[in-house]
Amino acid sequence: MDLRYSDAEQAFRSSLRAWLDLTLPGLPPKPSPDDWPGRRAYDTHWQRLLFDAGYAGVDWPVEGGGRGSSPVEELIFKEELERAHAPYVGVNFVGLLHAGPTVIAEGTPEQRARFLPAILRGDEVWCQGFSEPNAGSDLASMRTRAVRDGDDYVISGQKIWTSHAEVADYCELLVRTGSEDSRHRGISWLILPMDSPGVDIRPLHTIAGSTEFAELFLDEVRVPVANRVGEENDGWRVTMVTLSFERGTAFVGDLLEAVELLSTTVALAQRTGAWADPGVRRQAGHLKAELDALWALTKRNVSQAARTGIPGVGGTYFKLAYSETRHKLGEFSLSLLGRAGLAAHDLEGTDGLGVLPAGTMVEDWLRGISLTIAAGTSQIQRNIVGERILGLPKEPQVTAGGKS
Amino acid sequence: MDFEVSEFQSELADGIRRLCEGRFPLESIRARESTAQVVDRDGWKELGEAGVFHLCLAEEAGGVGLGLAEAALVFEELGRSLVPGPLVASHLAAGLIDGADDGSVVVGLVERPATGTAGTGVVPVVVEHLADLDVLLVLADDGITRLDPASLDSSPLPRPMDPLTPVWSLPALPAGEPVAGPDVAAWWRRDGAVLTAALQVGMAQWACDLAVEYAKGRVQFGRPIGGFQAVKHLCADMAVRAEVARIAVQAAAVTVDQPDVGDADVAAAGAKLLADEAAVTNGRSSIQVHGGMGFTWEVPAHLAYKRARVLATTFGTDGSLAESLAESLADARAASAGH
Repeated sequence: MDLRYSDAEQAFRSSLRAWLDLTLPGLPPKPSPDDWPGRRAYDTHWQRLLFDAGYAGVDWPVEGGGRGSSPVEELIFKEELERAHAPYVGVNFVGLLHAGPTVIAEGTPEQRARFLPAILRGDEVWCQGFSEPNAGSDLASMRTRAVRDGDDYVISGQKIWTSHAEVADYCELLVRTGSEDSRHRGISWLILPMDSPGVDIRPLHTIAGSTEFAELFLDEVRVPVANRVGEENDGWRVTMVTLSFERGTAFVGDLLEAVELLSTTVALAQRTGAWADPGVRRQAGHLKAELDALWALTKRNVSQAARTGIPGVGGTYFKLAYSETRHKLGEFSLSLLGRAGLAAHDLEGTDGLGVLPAGTMVEDWLRGISLTIAAGTSQIQRNIVGERILGLPKEPQVTAGGKS
Repeated sequence: MDFEVSEFQSELADGIRRLCEGRFPLESIRARESTAQVVDRDGWKELGEAGVFHLCLAEEAGGVGLGLAEAALVFEELGRSLVPGPLVASHLAAGLIDGADDGSVVVGLVERPATGTAGTGVVPVVVEHLADLDVLLVLADDGITRLDPASLDSSPLPRPMDPLTPVWSLPALPAGEPVAGPDVAAWWRRDGAVLTAALQVGMAQWACDLAVEYAKGRVQFGRPIGGFQAVKHLCADMAVRAEVARIAVQAAAVTVDQPDVGDADVAAAGAKLLADEAAVTNGRSSIQVHGGMGFTWEVPAHLAYKRARVLATTFGTDGSLAESLAESLADARAASAGH
């Protein structure tokens, strides 16, 4: 167990830091959260800057056009970006973290040449069409149907939680190509051009008031068979292969943001006098212990991925623990805001010491609520820990035809 | 940076686990329940030979010269086997008290509460394992003093909360003979917290394993109860809690060994806080998974729960640990404001 960074790792960190110092002051002002074309332009401009500096796809293998960095360098990369308050991956999320790695692992040479460089340069934006209104935790029950017609698939159905759909060029789409009850054996992975006729996007408003989610309605949309990645009916495996790209760093930025939020919350408590309350101090101290442990767990998971090349069980432990800690932190900061938390606006304090950061804190609290739901609810994660790690018996599978 | 447990470290831990399984099986530990002496002197010497007490002592002082990271792994195994006795005190005392290092002398420890701590002036001094001790050390902020256990005006408390931690009450602690100053006392507090936390992690894991085994075998409504989500999720939470605490303890131990990577005192406080909580909560959950049987003396789940409560009173309590972590947050704010 060694927590010290090697000379090479430190050199990677300092040259990245130097580049960030040079580059970040030149960024244009951030667009408003609801200005989607503006957000696309901002996020893809940032991606282009990363590309030009050789930092696009740090975690992608060299043969896919990436930098091929080690998991530890990837950790450093995400840590430094967060500490410098660099732009978030934003609309490039699905392309860089999901669709791109899938095309690298399972795409044809033509598909790789066509799609990968555009993702890395920030020229093209992707969204994800996996979940459906009736297929959430039970994704394998999805029903969006694709029927072969000559060189095309004709697709009808509905997808949900499709982040950034409004500004996306392509969608990684899971469709049912097998029989109705074929579950994970009858799914295919397609590249859907978002400007295809029959694609209808309706934004969803989250409880945080944001609009990055959308519903996707597909009405006899034609997609060339050449846009299929992997074999027909093999899309479930294709999707799972991509998940193994995760090397323990998925929440690095998020976690460091939480560390900063705790610090801001402590500052607020000191300013309002709430810090004199031992109950407040102890909650803060407890959250500090949890966040420190989660940072150490991240380092453990990254070290393991560096050796084995695959994510271990630590990622599941991390997500369960982190999402709960984030809820507690959100509740803590909101309670300290008191009535200043009744609006998501920074309020000028009456002590002459500037604004009270209610805007960020209220939004953070609300966004944090998604963490125990997104990417596998905490209940599903507990089933995974119970069944796959502890070896407890599985839930009985109940399908349309009865028990199996 | 490579925060994985090395092959050498994991072999060391495996060796201690095998020693514990062979030398301290649960039946033999349980045979000493509710007796005045729970330390098996021959077993203690075997722990000494295996390096449990002198692992971190420099080689020129007759030790193994390893770090706290290795010691934490060893102590996690001792916790997992519920080995009773003043393990942490005897480890800390190696090099200071003759015979502690090889297990021929059993050293106990009691913390002198700082004035102003809740309970001082009301609660008598309660000391663990007095009848097993050759030396009793008193840890205070200004240093460490030594007392002769036989000379103390003590009364046994016949119904100890943990049947494997016999206790005595003393109206007050005599002054004793000074054996170390405030610097040593400070690192004892820090390393003692990490090693106690390691024992807690071992017990948290043991309580989880015990519950999982039971949940696989116990059948109700025609199915093993571990198949029901209500029980499965209790077990999953136990596993997560133990793992997060384990990582916190290992990170704290490494931070003590590699001081340039962080603040070791803060890391130790955080690790102790999470490990206490993991051991106590897992002990409680393990009893719950066992249902009515969990409330019986026969099922050993209560042993982990009770020991966890004993250890949670030493080397920092939830309140004092959280306070010191809060202080570190306030200091960090002050430091960044000063720039």
